[in-house]
Amino acid sequence: MNVLLPGSLPEALDMLASDGAAIPIAGGTDLLVHWPVRVDAHDRTYVDLSRLDALKPLSWTADELVLGGLTTYWDVIRDARAAQEFPLLGNAARQVGAIQIQARGTWAGNIVNASPAADGVPVLMAYDAVVVLESRRGREQVPLDRFYSGYKEMRRHPDQLVVEIRIPRRPYSYQVFEKVGGRRAQAIAKVGLAVTRSGAGWRVVAASVAPTIRRCPAVERLLETGTAIASPEALLPAVARDVAPIDDIRSSARYRTHVMARLLYHDLRDFWGKRG
Amino acid sequence: MRRREALAKLTGRERYVDDLPLDDFLWGMTVRSPAPRGRVTAIRFGTDIAWPEFVVVDHRDIPGPNVVALIEQDQPVLAAGYVRHVHEPVLLLAHPSREALRRAARSIEVVVAPEPPALDFRAPPGPAEIQYGTDNVLKRLQIVKGDVERALARAAVVVSGTYETGAQEHVYLEPQGMIASFEGAVLVVKGSMQCPYYVLKALQHALAREEALVRVIQTPTGGGFGGKEEFPSHIALHAALLALKSGRPVKLIYDRGEDMAATTKRHPALVRHRTGLGRDGRLLAQDIEVVIDGGAYVTLSPVVLSRAIIHAAGPYACDHVRISGRAMFTNAVPFGAFRGFGAPQSQFAGERHMDVIARTLGMDAVELRRINLLADGQSTATGQVIQDGTDRLAVMERALELSRYREKQRGHAAFNATHATLRRGSGLATFYHGAGFTGGGEVALQSRVRVAGRPDGRIEVLSANIEMGQGTLTVFTELAAARLGVAPEDVTVAEADTARVPNSGPTVASRTTMIVGGLLERAADDLRRRVGLDDTARGAAVQQAIRRWHREHPGEPLVGEAAYERPPGIAWDDTTYRGDAYGAFAWAAYVAEVEVDLRTCATRVIDFVAVQEVGKVLNPTLAKGQVQGGVVQGIGWALMEECKWREGAMANNQLTNYLIPTSDDVPSVRVAFLENPYPHGAGGAKGLGELPIDGPAPAIANAVARATGADPRAIPLTPEKLMELLEIADFGLRIADSAP
Repeated sequence: MNVLLPGSLPEALDMLASDGAAIPIAGGTDLLVHWPVRVDAHDRTYVDLSRLDALKPLSWTADELVLGGLTTYWDVIRDARAAQEFPLLGNAARQVGAIQIQARGTWAGNIVNASPAADGVPVLMAYDAVVVLESRRGREQVPLDRFYSGYKEMRRHPDQLVVEIRIPRRPYSYQVFEKVGGRRAQAIAKVGLAVTRSGAGWRVVAASVAPTIRRCPAVERLLETGTAIASPEALLPAVARDVAPIDDIRSSARYRTHVMARLLYHDLRDFWGKRG
Repeated sequence: MRRREALAKLTGRERYVDDLPLDDFLWGMTVRSPAPRGRVTAIRFGTDIAWPEFVVVDHRDIPGPNVVALIEQDQPVLAAGYVRHVHEPVLLLAHPSREALRRAARSIEVVVAPEPPALDFRAPPGPAEIQYGTDNVLKRLQIVKGDVERALARAAVVVSGTYETGAQEHVYLEPQGMIASFEGAVLVVKGSMQCPYYVLKALQHALAREEALVRVIQTPTGGGFGGKEEFPSHIALHAALLALKSGRPVKLIYDRGEDMAATTKRHPALVRHRTGLGRDGRLLAQDIEVVIDGGAYVTLSPVVLSRAIIHAAGPYACDHVRISGRAMFTNAVPFGAFRGFGAPQSQFAGERHMDVIARTLGMDAVELRRINLLADGQSTATGQVIQDGTDRLAVMERALELSRYREKQRGHAAFNATHATLRRGSGLATFYHGAGFTGGGEVALQSRVRVAGRPDGRIEVLSANIEMGQGTLTVFTELAAARLGVAPEDVTVAEADTARVPNSGPTVASRTTMIVGGLLERAADDLRRRVGLDDTARGAAVQQAIRRWHREHPGEPLVGEAAYERPPGIAWDDTTYRGDAYGAFAWAAYVAEVEVDLRTCATRVIDFVAVQEVGKVLNPTLAKGQVQGGVVQGIGWALMEECKWREGAMANNQLTNYLIPTSDDVPSVRVAFLENPYPHGAGGAKGLGELPIDGPAPAIANAVARATGADPRAIPLTPEKLMELLEIADFGLRIADSAP
């Protein structure tokens, strides 16, 4: 195992530019869980970002909350203003592993680990977060809902580092985060759901029901148009258009689909159009 | 008294086998079968490994018979050209670097010419799948009382049901591990285990060594739950073979993934009931079939089956009972001992069936139990007349009272009528657990305990029964201190080292306090007699006499000893399965209250009451802890702990995908004891360790049935399964609504 320890962002970007196979690590929480069994991971080169202090703090501008590339879940949990303006961030952060993981794990790491079952990504996406990537070639901004192209595939080049996550500040009239795991804490999501409503419209984001975390345009449309929905079953066609769950070791496609429809139906009961 | 080893464990000072200092040693590792059944046609070693650096052991390196000695001599130490389950050990490797070892093990390919495996214990095997006897039945047992067919034919009502329980992983915090080394010609094996003398015997047998040349030492053990009953013999043998071949100490420690994949689990079971009843709900006939999955070798399946069938009829009076049991061979990783040892499986079925009967008869589930619970003078299925003076109705009443069962039932009805997505209900289970080895087992063990008086007047307890978190050190200290009237600080408990301690039998079967503790008391009496005192002498008088004895007998050991004697009036016939199955039963009634979220079909246990009669409670804190731990383990087994199988091996062998309850999944578990001292147990105690795993699962499943109208017959009752059941229940409801 080869670990590089850059002391500054330019140095880190140089390292990533010169070794296309090097993997940046922040909290290390995804990597180390599987370390004993993934022997092939032992031969790789890692760029340890822990000394890049400039990427650690979260900051506020007039119109944005900006999470740094190394901002942890715990940083957000502790931030009173974040709890007030973006409560789903803290709700989701508290669902990630245990406190030890929350203290080390980063939002940027959650994005680039690209797990379809991520807890942090759905709430960021529901808040229209934008991923800021930087490399020796310059800066690039990618809206999170266009960041993933397939299972573990994303619009990040090997030489790019996530340096910021920018979240627009808006008033929200509705927001909810639901995580359904196999137990009440320290579980990987079987179904995750983040829903927000603001002046920009409805955002419905689903986790663990597709190869990537994704928005659900068909369900969003039902909400925008005030379509009459009288039962969870009535949501199934839209859910089927938006997501593609699978049977795996944690749950079944059927369970995931039905739970998603039931959560949407019951949580948004006041917003579905009524017949007649 | 505070738990003896508590501070060492809380502060991290306790040294488990992996923490022991060791010089110039090799790491050991096991290469396993990739296939469930077949002939090993080749073993291909990777070409990019410096093999001369490695010690490699196969079955030809075993000095004695290639067998891990247990009930049947069928399980090889290392597969000899033929494998019967995935993960069966084929080769052993050792190397100074664990990393190099992992790479080397990964580079080896065990090539197996596949043959058709038997993977479903519930279905009759196809001809090509027969691998044990003529029908893959490892063991058949039957209990017969009265004439069940005649009684069924005459019964006013017959209620049938089929129930299933899944495998369960022990999830002891400390994975399995052993160190083997040599002290001169003596092979010394240290590690995490429940039964040092089982390990000793297995080493002697397969290594063809006399007892004097083998020494087994138990290291502080981070949980066992039965998982460290028979399995540690395998790791001990593997480490010893590598140490023999290399001449160096070898440390073989499983990581969590290997431990979960390759070691034993609770036996999956299928239980069928056919019950004849009078219109008043009285049990007239119980016809029960118990089938368990034994896996690819016999291990302890015959005795697990035995305990399963003995407990299958429940703590009820019934004159006509037939219980047939079968343990099936399959090509699954062998199943083994797990807290409860068959009784949780058969009592899940029995107690769930009681509620199914109540629903069928339109009867109250409490009333059904009240009518049928054993009264003194009545007999169990094996004909054991219960005459212990315990008021079993009072045990149940206390549980109902503490849980406010009736009051809550009314509250639940109102709650369920108004809440959009949540449903609540309570469920009851009444059950029992026999302590100690079954039937003549304790006599066969010939357990012995010693209590030594040391020159400074201190007392030392010598037994092979070990601490694994359940409190042996503390309870043995208390028992010796109380018996001799000395301060607990003046009592030590010897390390379980077969070179020093006598064979007091295995640390299993809820026998340590009741049976071995009783031997300890008698050994203490013997010590007192050896220094010329009678049983009334206590405290300073005893310690002074010990010191005086040593002054008069310099250099000689002063040891009191006791050997097991069958309590008077106990008789068991192993050929007919009739008689007194256990010296004593503990009795219990548990009530679970659940809340089901209809959106996710997740069940949450929101309140739990556990009432039991276990004789005299020796240490209330430890006893309460045992019960609470058992209830939590039962909640896991009932609701979330699910082994996902791939070719008879666990596919979800990680704690991320095999879920056990967190503190947030567990309600307050309220524990109460009714005390009725047992004359033949230490300090009046009966066995307690296993009882609490028998009741939670049926109580929870009964509560879910009550809350939702679903009819769960199998555990784990995961949200996925409950969703299907609720759809069936809803459908049933709609049919009922539309009926004229």
